[in-house]
Amino acid sequence: MTRDHASAAHGLTSALDIEHVRNDFPVLNQQIHGKPLAYLDNAATTQKPHHVIDAIKYYYEHDNANVHRGVHQLSERATHAYEGAREKVRKFINASSTREIVFVRGATEAINLVAGSYGQLTVRAGDRIVVSEMEHHSNIVPWQLLCERTGAALRVIPMNDKGELILDGLNEIIDDRTRLVAVSHVSNSLGTVNPVNRIIETAHAKGVPVLLDGAQATAHISVDVQALDVDFYVFSAHKMYGPTGIGALYAKEKLLRDMPPYQGGGDMISMVTFDKTLYNELPFRFEAGTPHIAGAIGLGAAIDYLTSIGLDRIARHEHELLQYATEKALTIPDLRIVGTAQHKVSILSFLLEGIHPHDIGTILDHQGIAIRTGHHCAMPVMTHFGVAATARASFAIYNTYQEIDRLFDALNEVRKVFR
Amino acid sequence: MLDLQDLYQEVIVDHNKHPRNFHRMEDANRTAEGFNPLCGDRLNVYMKVVDGVIQDVSFEASGCAISVASASMMTQQLKGKTEQEADTLFHHFQDMVTADADAPVDAGQVGKLAALAGVRRFPMRVKCATLCWHTLKAAQAQKPQAATTE
Repeated sequence: MTRDHASAAHGLTSALDIEHVRNDFPVLNQQIHGKPLAYLDNAATTQKPHHVIDAIKYYYEHDNANVHRGVHQLSERATHAYEGAREKVRKFINASSTREIVFVRGATEAINLVAGSYGQLTVRAGDRIVVSEMEHHSNIVPWQLLCERTGAALRVIPMNDKGELILDGLNEIIDDRTRLVAVSHVSNSLGTVNPVNRIIETAHAKGVPVLLDGAQATAHISVDVQALDVDFYVFSAHKMYGPTGIGALYAKEKLLRDMPPYQGGGDMISMVTFDKTLYNELPFRFEAGTPHIAGAIGLGAAIDYLTSIGLDRIARHEHELLQYATEKALTIPDLRIVGTAQHKVSILSFLLEGIHPHDIGTILDHQGIAIRTGHHCAMPVMTHFGVAATARASFAIYNTYQEIDRLFDALNEVRKVFR
Repeated sequence: MLDLQDLYQEVIVDHNKHPRNFHRMEDANRTAEGFNPLCGDRLNVYMKVVDGVIQDVSFEASGCAISVASASMMTQQLKGKTEQEADTLFHHFQDMVTADADAPVDAGQVGKLAALAGVRRFPMRVKCATLCWHTLKAAQAQKPQAATTE
């Protein structure tokens, strides 16, 4: 049995004790180009608290074995820890059963799994998959591949210039040939929180299931898949303080039960002969091969960490940071914010007139400030706004007002270089 | 900050602000489009080559300061050169921007392009500086598809 990492709960009062939180993240304590690191690239990946790092280390040092097969003690412990992590995921998103939680490499693999398996089951030539204009490439390309295989076509929910989905025509976009609606819960390039309840209601009224890409949501918003009544929900551990290479697919059991296997191999079978293979029960039928056991345990530890602090408090802190940064940004005449939706998570995408985001990124790096620059794997979003790239600062639990001050001071330095 | 000043030298900032030979060439006989999938930068190179000599070369681009300045400076260096000389210059340039930080820069080999030597301290930005050259190569080879830095 691994240690219970939830027991490392913080003695925090209602406001977030940022210094306390920062001490949980070893990587933050370093200098970049002689300046303290200000890590503002959290939408790309978050840093990891020692709770997560320790849980992974503990597993490899004490419990490492393969799961679901050994009769020896280590295998029993590894299985217990791995399945314990599945239960943590179930509870975290309030799924009704662990049979509905499939461990995958991340949100991308989860979408590919649904496109490959559910797509194979339900999508035929002439059918349609509905996505939105603000999707990450990972929620576009798997559907395009499915369309190429089947002769189906994509339809796209448009967005306005604030970066909000335009849902007026949704009733027409979702028609009797629509087999699935796949949209992001939160946009990675703009920070928009989408009105997913309305999308799900509209789709369900026409009998169409909905997949939500929660990669950018789970670190900021508490998710209840039963309350949402969503059919598929996908997310990645590494964007919520967990390790890379692990994530989860939630799927309603009644859908998962009919879906064909995504990959074949060990662990996903119950009996194999050369004539016939009987597949394993849910969710193991969708987990071929030895899984990323340590990753799942790390994800479990990340969930414990998030829960111990509380998503509400995290969201409040991040919202205050976003508000502070947005107000500062609005005072700068040559700065344009890309993504001004009413409901946003702590993502500030922006442009400085006449200066390419890549140059901004390099100069900020020399001030110790890490941001993302580029198309953010959302090229259709860039096309909408008529740009090739944006600079994006994204804030997390451990970021401070002082770091935002440093960001804007550094933008002045950027301007000096190009004056 | 010294590295940074080295990267964004005045001459580079100036070429970015006022790129030379920045236009479409209607009578070009070699053209290619370059694309950097990492950042979405796009660049078109136009050439007029007669008897193996680059009589004229121009470009259009949307990209970062390094990619625009590099393309601008490239066009200045190439006018009147033979295609073989352009090849040699490309290799010298590529060697310069991928060399160790402390390696000497031979201005005799690369001329004014030596101003871009600072890129070598920024491995993530080397592709920005070489995109125009890869595109030039594609134009010379008359490759129909877009050139990339990959």
